Amino acid sequence: MRRLRSIVETLEIDLRLIGMITALGVIWLVFDLFTGGLYITPRNLFNLTVQTASVAVMATGMVFIIVTRHIDLSVGSLLGFIGMSMGLLQAQVLPEVLGYGHPMTWIITVAAGLIMGALIGALQGWLVGYQMIPAFIVTLGGLLAWRGAAWWVTEGQTVAPLDETFKMLGGAGGTLGVFWSWVVGGLASAAAVLLVFRSRARKIAHGFRTKPMWAEVALSGIYVGTILGFVGVLNAYQIPTRRVERMFELRGETMPEGLTLGYGLPISVLIVLAVTVAMTVLARRTRLGRYIFATGGNPDAAELSGINTRLLTVKVFALMGALVGLGAVIASARLGSAANDLGTLDELRVIAAAVIGGTALSGGVGTIYGAVLGALIMQSLQSGMAMVGVDAPLQSIVVGVVLVFAVYVDIIYRRRTGS
Amino acid sequence: MTQTPLVEMRDMNIRFGGNHAVNNVSVDLNPGEVVGLLGHNGAGKSTLIKMLSGAYRPDSGEIRINGEKVEIHNPRDARAHNIETIYQTLALADNLDAASNLFLGRELVTGSGFVDDDAMEAETRKIMARLNPNFKNFAAPVSSLSGGQRQSVAIARAVYFNAKILIMDEPTAALGPHETQMVADLIQQLKAEGLGIFLIDHDVHQVMKLCDRAAVMKNGKLVGVVNIADVTDDDLLGMIILGKNPITGEIVTD
Repeated sequence: MRRLRSIVETLEIDLRLIGMITALGVIWLVFDLFTGGLYITPRNLFNLTVQTASVAVMATGMVFIIVTRHIDLSVGSLLGFIGMSMGLLQAQVLPEVLGYGHPMTWIITVAAGLIMGALIGALQGWLVGYQMIPAFIVTLGGLLAWRGAAWWVTEGQTVAPLDETFKMLGGAGGTLGVFWSWVVGGLASAAAVLLVFRSRARKIAHGFRTKPMWAEVALSGIYVGTILGFVGVLNAYQIPTRRVERMFELRGETMPEGLTLGYGLPISVLIVLAVTVAMTVLARRTRLGRYIFATGGNPDAAELSGINTRLLTVKVFALMGALVGLGAVIASARLGSAANDLGTLDELRVIAAAVIGGTALSGGVGTIYGAVLGALIMQSLQSGMAMVGVDAPLQSIVVGVVLVFAVYVDIIYRRRTGS
Repeated sequence: MTQTPLVEMRDMNIRFGGNHAVNNVSVDLNPGEVVGLLGHNGAGKSTLIKMLSGAYRPDSGEIRINGEKVEIHNPRDARAHNIETIYQTLALADNLDAASNLFLGRELVTGSGFVDDDAMEAETRKIMARLNPNFKNFAAPVSSLSGGQRQSVAIARAVYFNAKILIMDEPTAALGPHETQMVADLIQQLKAEGLGIFLIDHDVHQVMKLCDRAAVMKNGKLVGVVNIADVTDDDLLGMIILGKNPITGEIVTD
């Protein structure tokens, strides 16, 4: 045990991260046991990642909101409003202007969704930052108002079908396939190893203490193993033979005998990974990120250091809004339609994901990868219980208890480590 | 010929609601001089100085630096005039490490615009080697540091950026005797380098020891500014408690 701890310390891995991965592993194993081996399968893990995508994207933004001691209760409703607006835009407005199935349709739609989210987020952030209305109130108002607005877009009618290219952003309908998934996995692995050793070189250049070489190699190995393992699992999920046959028929070819095709990385999951990397870089390596965490740790100190904390609030909420726009793209594309109840209760899932991921409501503390893992843990619990056949009311009870328990464990951990 | 003061604050006024927190106060500060600001809690000394550091905006009054009138609207403006402040609360972001706090608002960045944590840590190590050689904990958030170490971070932040005017708000209030002596030595050293220092303090003995002049406030008004060489401890106490100017004999009334 002591040996293990010293290894972990040498590798400088966040203990909380290990705890979360362990929790996720336990959840998966337990459900695998109860479903007779159906849970840990490429098919189910593929579905899990796809189902988590929208909430995970939004949870990264919620980290910054909570770190700066605010909250955003409006994300679920805003997702519905943006989803409906994008649905209307791509299914009714753009076909009239550009013609049906125009290749620009999805690009304009996605851009409109992101801009709309950023503007609405900025408005809410301005009310919080400059007008000093508590974020809880502003976004509680938003929760009601944007859900109403979502209904109003089409007077409650569901919009379908969505643009074919747009739908590829949602899930099983848009994957990279085996070859390109390996390419992405290979590039990501190379980048991870490069980062580890560039950071080491910088530390040596400054004459700082570095980890022993074996630790750097072990870390690189863990990163590469995780990335390639993940790609391998998603590649192992086979597209049903009938669907492959149809794909060939559409191209006027016949399917070679015995051919199997794996799905590979879904585009939505690729978006999650890209957002996770971008938000982590923003958090750790930019001034904006530094100011977000400084403001969360001590707003007065941040102000006295010349940081414009009001404008910062607007930026953080605008970023949250844009990520809600992206979440709306993924969620509506996955369903292939936009209904005005899209995103209902997502605010709670997103907040829970951030909090389970170690973001402290007292501000100043939180990680992006934690929030993404938190989202995956929540989704794993929910879909696991659905597979096992747990009643919906009991599912809610379990998720609620887990949320409180996770935060309790986190508080004990913080008290013990004194951080 | 008298030299131009480094800082002149003329007829400063600020009100918070009905409370006239600073009432027509004028003080100045010369290069290489330490001016003590004394008074009870709520006398207005911190408020006066926060108008210089950009934390508060005065209702009226004029601030001159090297004889030139300046406008200080926020802490950034103050920093631009080489005014650095060590706040009583230290104003540290507890969740960040020493280097992040030292450079907060003025981060070093790489060529591509990303914050350069390694370079900032290297600079922090350098200045800490000068200010507090016992300081070793560069990776931990400052919340886990001792009072003296936290004070070192706050002082390092003020000294690192070539301050010309230094404001110290009760810098030794939370420190032990050894660390207090370290701050006293530092004040002498900075003074010798030609900085002007405003030292806000409760402790009359400390002020007698470290300062060249003392300005005493009571109920928002200035009781008087005296040369330390001309007064005794008791004179200063009389100024603080009774509001009595030992030179002119005038008494500040409520």
